[in-house]
Amino acid sequence: MPIAKKKTAAKNNTIKLKFDTSWSYAPAPESKSAATIKPQYDLFINGEWQKPLSKKYFDTINPAKEEKLSEVAESGPADVDKAVNAARHAYEKVWRKMPAKERAKYVFRIARMVQERARELAIIESLDGGKPIRESRDFDVPTAANHFFYYAGWADKLEYAFPNRVTEPLGVAGQIIPWNFPLLMAAWKIAPAIATGNTVVLKPAETTSLTALKLAEIIEESGLPPGVVNIITGAGETGAAIVNHPDINKIAFTGSTDVGKIIQKAIAGTGKKVTLELGGKAANIIFEDAPIDQAVEGVINGIYFNQGHVCCAGSRLYVQESVAKEVIRKLKDRIESLIVGDPLDKNTDIGAINSKQQLATIHKYLDIGKKEGAEMYQSSCALPGKGFWCRPTLFTNVAQSNRIAQEEIFGPVLAILTFRTDDEVIEKANNSPYGLSAGVWTDKGSKIFNMTKRMRAGVIWANTFNKFDPSSPFGGYKESGFGREGGLHGLSAYVNLIN
Amino acid sequence: MASAGSLTMLPDFSLSPRIDQVGAEERAARFTKRSIKKESKLNGLKLVLNMIDLTTLEGKDTDGKVKQLCYKAMHPHDAMPGLPAVAAICVYPSMVKVAKKALGDSGIKVASVATAFPSGQASRDVKLRDTKYAVQEGADEVDMVISRGKFHAGEYNFVFDEIAAIKEVCGEARLKVILETGELGTFDKVRRASDIAMHAGADFIKTSTGKIQPAATMPVTLVMLEAIRDFYYKTGKMIGMKPAGGISKSKLALHYLVMVKEVLGEAWLNNHWFRFGASSLANDVLMQIVKEKTGVYQAANYFSVD
Repeated sequence: MPIAKKKTAAKNNTIKLKFDTSWSYAPAPESKSAATIKPQYDLFINGEWQKPLSKKYFDTINPAKEEKLSEVAESGPADVDKAVNAARHAYEKVWRKMPAKERAKYVFRIARMVQERARELAIIESLDGGKPIRESRDFDVPTAANHFFYYAGWADKLEYAFPNRVTEPLGVAGQIIPWNFPLLMAAWKIAPAIATGNTVVLKPAETTSLTALKLAEIIEESGLPPGVVNIITGAGETGAAIVNHPDINKIAFTGSTDVGKIIQKAIAGTGKKVTLELGGKAANIIFEDAPIDQAVEGVINGIYFNQGHVCCAGSRLYVQESVAKEVIRKLKDRIESLIVGDPLDKNTDIGAINSKQQLATIHKYLDIGKKEGAEMYQSSCALPGKGFWCRPTLFTNVAQSNRIAQEEIFGPVLAILTFRTDDEVIEKANNSPYGLSAGVWTDKGSKIFNMTKRMRAGVIWANTFNKFDPSSPFGGYKESGFGREGGLHGLSAYVNLIN
Repeated sequence: MASAGSLTMLPDFSLSPRIDQVGAEERAARFTKRSIKKESKLNGLKLVLNMIDLTTLEGKDTDGKVKQLCYKAMHPHDAMPGLPAVAAICVYPSMVKVAKKALGDSGIKVASVATAFPSGQASRDVKLRDTKYAVQEGADEVDMVISRGKFHAGEYNFVFDEIAAIKEVCGEARLKVILETGELGTFDKVRRASDIAMHAGADFIKTSTGKIQPAATMPVTLVMLEAIRDFYYKTGKMIGMKPAGGISKSKLALHYLVMVKEVLGEAWLNNHWFRFGASSLANDVLMQIVKEKTGVYQAANYFSVD
């Protein structure tokens, strides 16, 4: 019915849109019955499920409900040793000698099987990690399959990837992955390694082991020769045992910068190769000539995608002062329409925070931000009673020297800063120990090239954000790490060029 | 930059906000990911039915055809009682009187196209007289077309003045301004035309005549909804939205509803501020409503074609 509104509200910032509508969405939960989770998981070593020599298991929980989903084995040093030996044996006896096009067939098969079991993988990813089913279904799982397809294609074409050079695999790769994209990171790591003839010992993060173990089931079913891929579970100590194992040739790690530094120290002088993909504090820059509505949407995707548990999240927003008011107002309106809740509901935009520990970290930074004098704004949505949750949050009046503008929060928290000139914003954007990603929003093509040339970040998006493709390399500058994953660059991290 | 502080201060329309096509399309696609089930589906379908401008705009329209359509508007599907009526009937000016009489005091509005619909290729004088005629015949709403040729030629003042002049002769009738987005070519131009229409006095902005392809699409409607939101921010004045043409399935109509809900919110979720210009949508909505209530689909022949 017509709603009478005052017509006197020129330049009135108090006009608000009301998104709490009489027409609302009924719950649309994805059915859990399509996924089977065993009560207990052992270690996948040498093509079979083996009890841990440590005899220990630990619980993995659903962060949205704080309920136990399953328990997984904790690998001790002896288990790591067994896995590395299996990988070494498979490397020397089978995998390095197999013709490349035969290797490719296995990788293609894994890719297809990931697609076939996409629904189950997506459900388990959301149950175990808390991310919305829309993202695990539409992003994580299909992109994981694409990585296997992409690198399967390269396996027998390395002479074209490295023209006039001869390549050989490195040997046994120890791979340690984080909890934010469990299956996708496993695919990023495993696919290029085995396609180029290496064998793998992979350890998923302790809070999100289940999809990696499901991938192990797929690998078992695919008939991949035993020992080529070994998946062992555990926490930091297991990771350390992998890093320090003398028979590992290469370490690939994605995770925090602190752990990355420890790894680098640990392998100094050992001859192990290493690639590190570490933290980030990406600058997302909106110029006054940008398409504002699309930029606002890009900022939302940049920071609230996967609850902000993204190393390349656009967590520092720089807005040109002349449009700052408009952008902030639109962001505030937009976060009101983000749906926070059950990760398995198909309408959920923001799921559960991955762990209690991570939620505490985020809350710590919210307090720091407020103490630093920044203005905090959160959406008004209700949060479920149980589980780990954080409303989409933004801070205005943030200064470059504030900790919330310098340190990686890894949550749905955006710090908004303003700038006046191009030079100023480049200086501020580069003024960070990190350099993983960045975004530029402007309608002017020449400005895009000018900005991207001067910014120190591994990935720079123009008029979009958080776009990934297997053919596109990803990696950081400075304390965001080194080495690239994805694309041709991703191949070179797993081969020696011998002449 | 232009700052339209109030309705009396006109912005420079050549500086209307730019739209990134890829981003707008991506955002529009995101609305289609919402899962609308059970009672929210049923309520949404009823809302859609209540927002339809049931339309016949053909050279062969007769009194008889219009009368039948009016009956359908009032009684969409009597086999299932308790359904809402549609919002309006949309006809040519010569049919307004017939429709008005047939609809009686049902509360259903009569909308008339005018201004040399659909091309708009006539003199200002002809367009004004066309509009006056429709209003005199009793039209509650006037759907005008803008002069796309003049718009493409950059004569924004001409387009603006024409809309303002039509608005004046509309009197009490609400004015819907058809941009014919299928002829505008880019989202930048859709946004610019939306800004011109709203500042010139449109009560509604509408995508299409239905005579040109493409007609309404979700991205183009999104661009217009965002223009409406920005106008509301600046002036506090609400403007209605009517996508027309090409929306014939319930599922797509529900996607549009999601878009209105998430871009403009509660105030626009009613037929005073949002309409669907469509002829075949009603029957698909009815079929889905019956399915929701009975659990089975009925054959198309159980729904009257008008």
